[in-house]
Amino acid sequence: MEILISVIVGILFMSATYLMLSKSLLRIIIGTAILSHGAHLLILTMGGLKRGAAPLLGESASSYSDPLPQALILTAIVIAFGVTAFFLVLAYRAYQELGTDNMDKLRGNEGND
Amino acid sequence: MSLLHLAIISPFLLAILVPIAYKLFRQIHTGWFVLPLPILLFSYFISYLSITSDQQSVTKSFSWIPALGIDFAAKVDGLGLLFALLISGIGSLVVLYSIYYLDKNKEQLNTFYVYLLLFMGAMLGVVLSDNLIVLYTFWEFTSFSSFLLIGYWYHREKSRYGAQKSMIITVFGGLSMLGGIILLYLMTGTFSISEIIAGSDEIFSHSLFVPALLCFLIGAFTKSAQFPFHIWLPDAMEAPTPVSAYLHSATMVKAGIYLVARMSPVFAEHSLWLWLIAGFGITTLFWGSFSAVKQTDLKAILAFSTVSQLGMIMSLLGIGAAALHFETVDDSYFTVATTAAVFHLINHATFKGSLFMVAGIVDHETGTRDIRKLGGLMNFMPITFTLAVIGTFSMAGLPPFNGFLSKEMFFTGMVRVLEMDIFNLDTWGFLFPVLAWVASVFTFIYSMILVFKTFTGKFQPEQLEKKPHEAPIGMLISPIILASLVIIIGFFPNIIANTLISPAQAAIMPVEGYVYDTHIYFWHGFTPELFMTLGVITLGILLFVTLPKWRRVYDFLPEKLALNRFYDSGLSGIQHVAHKFTKWYMNGSIRNYLVYIFTFFIITLLSVLFLKGAFKFDASNVSAIRFSEIVLALVIAIGAITIMFVKSRLTSIILLGAVGYTVALFFVLFRAPDLALTQLVIETISVALFLLCFYHLPQIKDEERMPFKATNAVISIGVGLVITLIAFSAHSNKLFDSISQYYIDNTYEKAAGKNMVNVILVDFRGFDTMFEITVLAIAALGIFGMIKLRLGGGKKNENK
Repeated sequence: MEILISVIVGILFMSATYLMLSKSLLRIIIGTAILSHGAHLLILTMGGLKRGAAPLLGESASSYSDPLPQALILTAIVIAFGVTAFFLVLAYRAYQELGTDNMDKLRGNEGND
Repeated sequence: MSLLHLAIISPFLLAILVPIAYKLFRQIHTGWFVLPLPILLFSYFISYLSITSDQQSVTKSFSWIPALGIDFAAKVDGLGLLFALLISGIGSLVVLYSIYYLDKNKEQLNTFYVYLLLFMGAMLGVVLSDNLIVLYTFWEFTSFSSFLLIGYWYHREKSRYGAQKSMIITVFGGLSMLGGIILLYLMTGTFSISEIIAGSDEIFSHSLFVPALLCFLIGAFTKSAQFPFHIWLPDAMEAPTPVSAYLHSATMVKAGIYLVARMSPVFAEHSLWLWLIAGFGITTLFWGSFSAVKQTDLKAILAFSTVSQLGMIMSLLGIGAAALHFETVDDSYFTVATTAAVFHLINHATFKGSLFMVAGIVDHETGTRDIRKLGGLMNFMPITFTLAVIGTFSMAGLPPFNGFLSKEMFFTGMVRVLEMDIFNLDTWGFLFPVLAWVASVFTFIYSMILVFKTFTGKFQPEQLEKKPHEAPIGMLISPIILASLVIIIGFFPNIIANTLISPAQAAIMPVEGYVYDTHIYFWHGFTPELFMTLGVITLGILLFVTLPKWRRVYDFLPEKLALNRFYDSGLSGIQHVAHKFTKWYMNGSIRNYLVYIFTFFIITLLSVLFLKGAFKFDASNVSAIRFSEIVLALVIAIGAITIMFVKSRLTSIILLGAVGYTVALFFVLFRAPDLALTQLVIETISVALFLLCFYHLPQIKDEERMPFKATNAVISIGVGLVITLIAFSAHSNKLFDSISQYYIDNTYEKAAGKNMVNVILVDFRGFDTMFEITVLAIAALGIFGMIKLRLGGGKKNENK
């Protein structure tokens, strides 16, 4: 299972990188969102998968899944959302102000940066 | 920490107080607060004369960076004390002079005196340190305080240019010297100058000996403005005249000479030392005096004259090194060159200091330093004229002034080169006396130009900005003291012979159990030196009188300031190339920057992974896969790959949502209920947000084409591969035990919660969560600001 997820993580990172290298601002944002999915899965895989019950003491199981990566990911999901939302609004406003979301045109002016 | 250390750092301490004094007592010239310190230091150093005149030394030391073997060792010996007396003595006179030179209502006196004090302290540190690293630290300090002083009138373009030039050249030399220091450390294992000198015999044949020697010489030559590094000194004349008198004639430029003298016991036995120092010195002497004749600015003449005189002292030190190879001959026979070097060093400080002050007075009282506009000032400024005559005649080597004595001694040293038969001196050595004599003729000519073009001839009041009159008495005190010294040393040279010169010589060429004894005679009989002097005077007068006729010689020279050309074009060339290069890779495209970042990421991670043997693949400890999981994995993979190629924005948003929800499902499978819940909520909101933005973005019909890009594909496949390999290795390597067990065991006992993830977030790592909330709040504020505030450009849109 870990091997499979590692490959999936790789695919997610590949897709994210490709999207981030493109010109369109929206695709770049989608890229960052996919990148965070990949990172979350990576953290979870590092801790080992399916090694016991859900980390709830009420389960009274003999072993539990590693709770620490889950706590880290929970934080990361929320932060990623904040960043994505911020990016989106930034892109939206940039589009409104500048009339383009093509990164090749958003280079800053010579002597004005 | 001893009194000696306190003396060295006292200028730095006073520099802290100067701005306060300046603010509190605006009515009093700040110089008066500074003046007592150099006087105090001078009298303090005088007290060491009793020790050094026995050719002994005192060392006081305290640990500075013991881990690196660096002690702040302060050593007073004949050489160090001579310089310390020059620094504090000339320093006192210069501060006094500056009080009258700089107007307290017009100038930024606080910064001026802070810089000056920084310099004074740094210079004392250079000449009194016995540790090379400490010496180097102070050495660079002199470079940048000199930079600040040259650029003191920073609103002038030329000041900034001169400051930058001196900084670049002297700091370049300083770095080279640092290299030499490190090489010496590699050979000897110590930074202490005394210890290095004690063990210098053993390193003589070391393979690093010659590189170290060259490094030190570059440091000394740049600092002391030796050819071809002399170009910074004339431009440094943009500094206020008191600074020129202090730094650029008497003290800082002599730091290079000090370094050569100080390191002589280490390097002097090598033939390169003799040839390079004597060769560059004599070239500088000739070139400096030759160039001085064509200058029209008083300070420019003095600058080139300083260059040439420094070359003269340098060449004497080089020739003096030959004495180490002759032990049988009478000791003072070949060491006379070193004696002359030390003697002339003192003399040069006296006459050149007074001449700079005279030039400053002329500038101050007439408003110009151009000798073509000046003339006939003798009647208006009789005292200044007298001072100028004393200074220039001494510089030209005329009796009865001190310059005559050291110039004679200089000739003696150079003539005796003819009798040396080592290092091929018997073949090319004759060039030394010849060049020395020719240079002396030019020295004579520019000395005469300096005094007669300024003070005699036709008075041209219409050319001057101010009506000339004699300087105030305060401004005259300092040059009068220096000029008196010129005469006193000229008549009674032996008062300094065994108090200052012999001790310094003992430090330059220490011989076990030998006490140097110097006697300077006014009259040697009809020696070759005397005839050389007479020849200089005769030919000098002749050429001075006929100067307008042969002045055109200078026009035939290949591009008059070729070295400056080289410096300027080199500097702008470097800037140009750097600019081009930066423009080439910083082209403003985010995509390019990301390409650099990702490429770097791939290369570093891959190389670490394989060079360090960190890659490991171990499939034994894996959990089982069920069919449903394979299906989910395929969904993610297909979604992620398709999203790369779809053109429509709407489709990519939907695919993003699909990937996100599948990840949430994976969380369910991986026994992470909290994650799954959060992910579902967040994913829903995210997709809604994306769609909202998508809806609001106008002109969606204008979807650009997305041609497949091979570079992008290669880079993204590389990133994916690296991450997969890292994930494999992370799974297969278990370097440490997990700390998770602690949380599992203590969740209930310490935090009384049963949901471990929640307890970790709000309890064990509560601060993390708090800051996470802060981040969200900041993002929310940012979003609110962007949407609601519409700063600047927003109005433009409304107007449309």
